[in-house]
Amino acid sequence: MKGLKIVVLAKQVPDTRNVGKDAMKADGTVNRAALPAIFNPEDLNALEQALRLKDKYEGTEVTLLTMGPGRAAEIIREGLYRGADNGILLSDRAFAGSDTLATSYALSCTLKKMGKIDIIIAGRQAIDGDTAQVGPQVAEKLGLPQITYAEDIVSAEKGNIVVKRRLERGVETVEGQMPMVVTVNASAPECRPRNAKFVMKYKHARAVSEMQNADEDYIALHNNRPYLNIGEWSVNDIDTNAEELGLSGSPTKVKSIENVVFQAKEAKVLEPTDADMGELMKELIANHTIG
Amino acid sequence: MNNVFVYCEIEEGQVADVSLELLTKGRKLADDLKCELEAIVIGHELKGVEKQIMPYGVDKVWVADDKRLYPYTTLPHSSILVKLFDEEKPQIALMGATSIGRDLGPRVSSALHSGLTADCTSLVIGDHEDKKNKKEYKDLLYQIRPAFGGNIVATIINPDCRPQMATVREGVMKKEILSDAYKGKVKNIDVEKYVKPEDFVVKVIERHMEKSKVNIKNAGIIVAGGYGVGSKENFNLLTELAEVIGGEVGASRAAVDAGFASHERQIGQTGVTVRPKLYIACGISGQIQHTAGMEESAMVIAINTDKNAPINAFADYVITGDVATVIPKMIKQYKENTK
Repeated sequence: MKGLKIVVLAKQVPDTRNVGKDAMKADGTVNRAALPAIFNPEDLNALEQALRLKDKYEGTEVTLLTMGPGRAAEIIREGLYRGADNGILLSDRAFAGSDTLATSYALSCTLKKMGKIDIIIAGRQAIDGDTAQVGPQVAEKLGLPQITYAEDIVSAEKGNIVVKRRLERGVETVEGQMPMVVTVNASAPECRPRNAKFVMKYKHARAVSEMQNADEDYIALHNNRPYLNIGEWSVNDIDTNAEELGLSGSPTKVKSIENVVFQAKEAKVLEPTDADMGELMKELIANHTIG
Repeated sequence: MNNVFVYCEIEEGQVADVSLELLTKGRKLADDLKCELEAIVIGHELKGVEKQIMPYGVDKVWVADDKRLYPYTTLPHSSILVKLFDEEKPQIALMGATSIGRDLGPRVSSALHSGLTADCTSLVIGDHEDKKNKKEYKDLLYQIRPAFGGNIVATIINPDCRPQMATVREGVMKKEILSDAYKGKVKNIDVEKYVKPEDFVVKVIERHMEKSKVNIKNAGIIVAGGYGVGSKENFNLLTELAEVIGGEVGASRAAVDAGFASHERQIGQTGVTVRPKLYIACGISGQIQHTAGMEESAMVIAINTDKNAPINAFADYVITGDVATVIPKMIKQYKENTK
């Protein structure tokens, strides 16, 4: 049987779950340098779904696609370590300032260039914006149907795809035809860890922009082992309408940004004694808060 | 034309709370803009649904009623919205930040090339001056939302594209009937003209929906626990206190992740937003991700072993002590004082 062609959309994000005191600059902007950059968590759930299909359907190829600066090649290596076959880094200053719509446009133009794809899988949302918009917007721009909030891609055979979705108040199983865009929830199984064999194989995998200071030996290594070259595409490698890229292609604008400041108020301090608890309960009952 | 639109979600014939909350906010925005408020309902067996909607001050209810439109699937609902918005040119379109709204909103915004801001916590009308291009904008929708894990609050605008679209989570806005006698018009949508046969390519083959048993969103008193509660057994003390004083149990994300409480009890940015008259925070340190979901509580009692816990900044009463000692004392004293 012919395998599936799967593309996983992934994003390198600042780890907003571990924000320290130095994460904000004095002017109120985010100090990205102080935040560790990680593989967006739900994109890892998406990768696991792709790898499960690869385990199940022989000949399946899993390609990671990410848009970001040169540094974002790190997450492609991470994906290769876990079992992806290859990756493409989409990187260009022309994409700077993109909102979700301009990002989706750039990604959809890239996906169109990648040839026939059966399933595009993405994490439901990225932790730096929590918008959950890029998956559905990519689907719309490619004219494909979408299945969001996926927890399990049950099967993908004979052109049909069956997906279990996890919603607020229950589960739903839906069926559609490939090609299909699927976005995956955090409730889906965690991604498998790195495989030592793949770490050995791909630890020198580099994108073009990471090779700029490489010496001759390192360049020779990459010439001899083509799988170590992570595909890096710029705006010139895809067909785009410049007006729809970056800031000019972004209908939403940030008008202002405010730092969150705690406002302390006067609190009554109580001891964990029967006397103080008794007083508290009397007060709460007297002012009709409880009782 | 150029009115405020709200997409209303339907589950078993009932308009979702989040949609009614948005209608309440939509009415306010329409008043500020001196325009009308319109609602769209898409589903099946919707006869009389306008009676649930109009009291919120809705001037026009669009109804698309067809067997194939319930349960929700993406493409038919988005086809109807895209064509209707194309014809009616709303200036603002709102929907719930639910698994439906967050599936539908981006699809519609992409098709119309209009901006969409997810999970807004506040929506107000205001002006904007684009200094670079020397352009003045009147009466834009300020879409205010936390970003970067809640460490910043951003105000987003869509100066040039319409409709200005936003999603809002359940429980963030208040739900308030304007007048039971409010009368609007009903417009039935001719579904065949709005959807294509290929829109039904994705089919729901199985569905298990549960009525949410936990109702922390509407609880007047919430006893919430964090990681500092320490164990599932200690969490039972919270349940006991909640039962005694007539409240519900809530939890921080850390407590849910640790398995102390179920996800449906989670309060905060990735859970529910609550505004009870009394919030008892037990062993909760007070990360912004959590406080974003409870900071509007009328009264807060914080129980924490750390006397410098950030939650204390929100508290009216600070009790420095261990949950396992404090809560039994509270239960005992409550019982003694209500005899």
